[in-house]
Amino acid sequence: MINFTGFYTLFRKELLRFWKVAFQTVAAPVLTALLYQLIFAHVLENHVEAYPGVSYTAFLIPGLAMMSMAQNAFANGSSSLIQSKVTGNIVFILLPPLTALEFTAAYLLAAVCRGLLVGAGVLAVTAAFGLPWPTHPLWALVFAALGCGVLGSLGIIAGIWAEKFDQLAAFQNFIIMPLTFLSGVFYSIASLPPLWRAVSHANPVFYMIDGFRYGFFGQADVSPWLSLAVVGASFVALASLALRMIGSGYKLRH
Amino acid sequence: MSTAIDIVGVSKRYGTLTALDDVSFSVRQGEFFALLGPNGAGKTTLISALAGLARQDEGTIRVMGHDTVHDFRDARMALGVVPQELVFDPFFTVRETLVFQSGYFGIKRNDAWIDELLFKLGLTEKANANMRALSGGMKRRVMVAQALVHRPPVIVLDEPTAGVDVELRQSLWDFVQELNDAGHTIVLTTHYLEEAETLCGRIAMLKRGRLIALEPKEKLLAQSAGREVALKLSGPLPAALEALKTREEDGRQVLALAEPAALETVLAAVREAGLEVRDLTLVETDLETVFVNMMRGSRTA
Ligand SMILES: Nc1ncnc2c1ncn2[C@@H]1O[C@H](COP(=O)(O)OP(=O)(O)OP(=O)(O)O)[C@@H](O)[C@H]1O
Ligand SMILES: [Mg+2]
Repeated sequence: MINFTGFYTLFRKELLRFWKVAFQTVAAPVLTALLYQLIFAHVLENHVEAYPGVSYTAFLIPGLAMMSMAQNAFANGSSSLIQSKVTGNIVFILLPPLTALEFTAAYLLAAVCRGLLVGAGVLAVTAAFGLPWPTHPLWALVFAALGCGVLGSLGIIAGIWAEKFDQLAAFQNFIIMPLTFLSGVFYSIASLPPLWRAVSHANPVFYMIDGFRYGFFGQADVSPWLSLAVVGASFVALASLALRMIGSGYKLRH
Repeated sequence: MSTAIDIVGVSKRYGTLTALDDVSFSVRQGEFFALLGPNGAGKTTLISALAGLARQDEGTIRVMGHDTVHDFRDARMALGVVPQELVFDPFFTVRETLVFQSGYFGIKRNDAWIDELLFKLGLTEKANANMRALSGGMKRRVMVAQALVHRPPVIVLDEPTAGVDVELRQSLWDFVQELNDAGHTIVLTTHYLEEAETLCGRIAMLKRGRLIALEPKEKLLAQSAGREVALKLSGPLPAALEALKTREEDGRQVLALAEPAALETVLAAVREAGLEVRDLTLVETDLETVFVNMMRGSRTA
């Protein structure tokens, strides 16, 4: 027996929580991505053609969108959980009969929604820079959703683990930022020296971006199937970890 | 099945500190039960274990027959808890808060009951106000409403009247009394002992994690030092009565009476010493005295 209403209510609460401040949680990251697009496109347009027939400006767009999705999917669950823990109102969701699965799924789904919303916003405002209609829309959608799922799970994990805002900030600055920036957002890793290429290949965010790009251009640095395997496995691993943390009551039920 | 809460051998340690030490007792359905104890006695820890907010290291707890660990859904469905700390979610209004809370308990449409709760708790006018905009006492009332959205048979209130004005305290207790009359089991902790004295049937006292008393209120009152008499005399207290003296209060000698008849002996001794009684009052024992005596007593024990 599943407390579906409980899950759905928690999911809706998490949606409303960011939607009520959509200016900061959706509009701001879209604007940031637009600024990156303007600056990098202007600086690099004449220098590189990322793939044959794909201008650098166009190449940049899916990467920026995926990076914004990833960062915001992470931010959603993590900031909600740390706020609830620090202010203590987390008791109101610990007291009801919600299972770990209902709890995790609600936070995760809300994080994915925020990520996708930001992604759609970024694509909408940057499309004019020459983004083609996706050649494989389904691939693009799968990578967007799974990518948000990976970072959404990581957000839940960080939000539960962190006890103070500065611990969460450290997690964000030392793990999430490097992962998302060193992922081939701004360049094709084929152009990198071997060491950096190896580093990028060890980064799951690279596969999200590469797979997402494949959806738009029909070409990418690695096979979309390899990307799907890496991103899918990362999602399963991190989502199960989040589920287990919540199930065990780690740092939530003392 | 007539036990609302069944606590068996519950211990809880935080590092080297034993917050609960082998606590066992039961609360029957329909009881109005008080959990008393000084700061740090373990009251909140016990309530947290009961509610699944903390996990006991040993022992089991059942709420309406449901184990709080293995059968946590049914246990939590049966339980409404008002936490001690004043907490709220600043993102939402009072009504949203209550609608969400209903949803977590699996209740979709709960508007009629939410309206009734708002009315009973004097929150009707604040229904659409943001939680942030409420005074402390009003936030506390919302917490009471949150605990009741799913009409739990067992209601636990952890110091619900801390920081609440006299008027609200009274109306809150009237409401809780009403719930008790309607068959809900009530467990409360409070530092206002007169509240426990007027409202509760049975009282448990905790001290440093141990259960040191568990009695019906009347028995607890009766078995304590008995009555006391405060005497104002025309001269110093006769030596024969020194042994009975417990304290001196604004010029009066307060003597303990083992039984009402002992007053005869006291007065006889006064007469024998050639003294006059200027004033005499019998002091009724209240819960406060019992409480203080218990806490003092078990320290030496
Ligand atoms: N999460 C925790 N970590 C460590 N120690 C704790 C924790 N929670 C409670 N304690 C300790 O357990 C003991 C019992 O605390 P508890 O909050 O249960 O007391 P209480 O009876 O509710 O007191 P009060 O009347 O002040 O509310 C205290 O010594 C407290 O410091
Ligand atoms: Mg307490």
